[in-house]
Amino acid sequence: MTTERVLIGRAIVAGSAKGTALVSREPLSLWGGISPHTGEIIDRRHERSGEVVTDRVFVFPRGKGSSTSSATLMESIKTGVAPAAIINLSVDPILALGCIVSDELYCKALPIVVLNEQDFYSIKEGDHLTIELDGKVLVSSKPLAK
Amino acid sequence: MAVKLSTRDEQLLNGQHGKAAQMAMRILVRMAEVQDAVEMMDVSQAHIDGCGLLSDTGLEFAETLASKGGKVSIPTTLNMGPLDLQNWKRFGVNEDFADKAIRQANAYIGMGCIPTWTCAPYQSYLIPRFGQQIAWGESNAICYANSVLGARTNRYGDFIDICAAITGRVPKCGLHLVENRRGQILLKLIDIDPVIMHSNAFYAILGHLVGSIAGDKIPVIEGLPNNVSSDQLKAFCAAAASSGQLALFHAVGVTPEANSLENAFQDGKPQRIIDIHLSDLQKSEADLSTARNGDKLDLVVLGCPHFSFDEFRTLARLIKVQTEKDKTLHPDVKFIVISCQTSYALLQRSDFLDVLADFGIEITLDTCVFHTPMVSSETKVIMTNSGKCAYYAPGQLGVQVAFGDMAQCVESAVAGCVRRKGTL
Repeated sequence: MTTERVLIGRAIVAGSAKGTALVSREPLSLWGGISPHTGEIIDRRHERSGEVVTDRVFVFPRGKGSSTSSATLMESIKTGVAPAAIINLSVDPILALGCIVSDELYCKALPIVVLNEQDFYSIKEGDHLTIELDGKVLVSSKPLAK
Repeated sequence: MAVKLSTRDEQLLNGQHGKAAQMAMRILVRMAEVQDAVEMMDVSQAHIDGCGLLSDTGLEFAETLASKGGKVSIPTTLNMGPLDLQNWKRFGVNEDFADKAIRQANAYIGMGCIPTWTCAPYQSYLIPRFGQQIAWGESNAICYANSVLGARTNRYGDFIDICAAITGRVPKCGLHLVENRRGQILLKLIDIDPVIMHSNAFYAILGHLVGSIAGDKIPVIEGLPNNVSSDQLKAFCAAAASSGQLALFHAVGVTPEANSLENAFQDGKPQRIIDIHLSDLQKSEADLSTARNGDKLDLVVLGCPHFSFDEFRTLARLIKVQTEKDKTLHPDVKFIVISCQTSYALLQRSDFLDVLADFGIEITLDTCVFHTPMVSSETKVIMTNSGKCAYYAPGQLGVQVAFGDMAQCVESAVAGCVRRKGTL
């Protein structure tokens, strides 16, 4: 595997993960936006409606809408349909909260990294991403070694 | 950077105030780190959103805190819950769901929360005052509390709300601080007919538009009339906090931190100025509907956020217009109004409760069509006057939605099909 680029992000919720990028340029409310039973994006107004976030690295600018989004994220982590990781453009406390409470209750969370604008927009759909504990994001256009 | 903790914070964190407070404080301190807060601060009131959704994890969280002896330390109201606690059987909710919902309700009430069960707490009980530091959940209520009341809250998500209520502490950051409440962008209403600005639908439509324009910025709106009602601002907040993430807006001459334009921008300049024309609002209105005119209608939902007494009165008046023409509710249409005990208590003292009941209006309290399983899977098309309901219904309920004002909702319910025309 060749790592083509290393992006230096801020680990909002620290963790390591791998997955292919599911990229959106639109904010999303996770409650009303993602099904915690199937991982499908169910906001029918959203540009990625119908896609499934499960095990992907979900790259979208930030959350919006419902304050129940933290509950939706925690439930998704528990049911196993959550993304492998989340990459945002700005810190969304409600998303971080879902992970932090899940970690407190189940010792299970997913990493959330915030990138600067240039790095955020450099990630393309389908890029193979490795998230490291310190918030580094390794980007490769080739499949990752397991 | 480590968060500076007070002696009491340290005590909370090391368990001297009990295991629930310890867990709550641990979550709060981790959130303070996420938000780059330097220290913690007091809040004197909380509104819990985490009691709304029924999920296995949410129930486990509430019962965990309750079993660890969690008690709120500040006055704490509850958002709508997953069940109409008195009438759930009438709405066909299954017992398994109801059992869990009642357990969740009991966990929060057992921790000392006040059973208000409403998503419009600012029209109900324990309304915060100007400048009061509070920890509120529920997106529409957060926006209303900050903007209309001038209380100070961040966007508290499910679960940190009860942590704040138990400890009375939150990370000191964001909208709790005056300097972060200054307006950032200016939205000017251009040549909008004042008559339009009297209609309630206008506020849901404007909210839907402003939510999508503002992004993560604090908008200042110029041109709203100063006699705008609480229900209109409620409709605006609910729509804007759904299409966007609006937690605070200023409306010049209307909201308390915007006596003037200078006041709203705290003597600074807007980063951007955007004109809003009638055509922008018409596009926003069209975007709220996915159903087509003439589609067979299954369900009308009003009361998102919870219906006020005044809205009940308006609805009764619109129904009378129909019944005086011998029109009745179409047999294939269900008509649900969602409200809270506070408004319903007033309604019971009114002279129009019978008008609503005779027409076939079903009133449900304490809950919400999105959180309790009362919308049957055969429901294909719904109609609402709420920007928030219109935003979430297609995804959350799997239905087509039509947005119209309250009069159009009543007319459509009589006709049995969507009778929608632009309200502007």
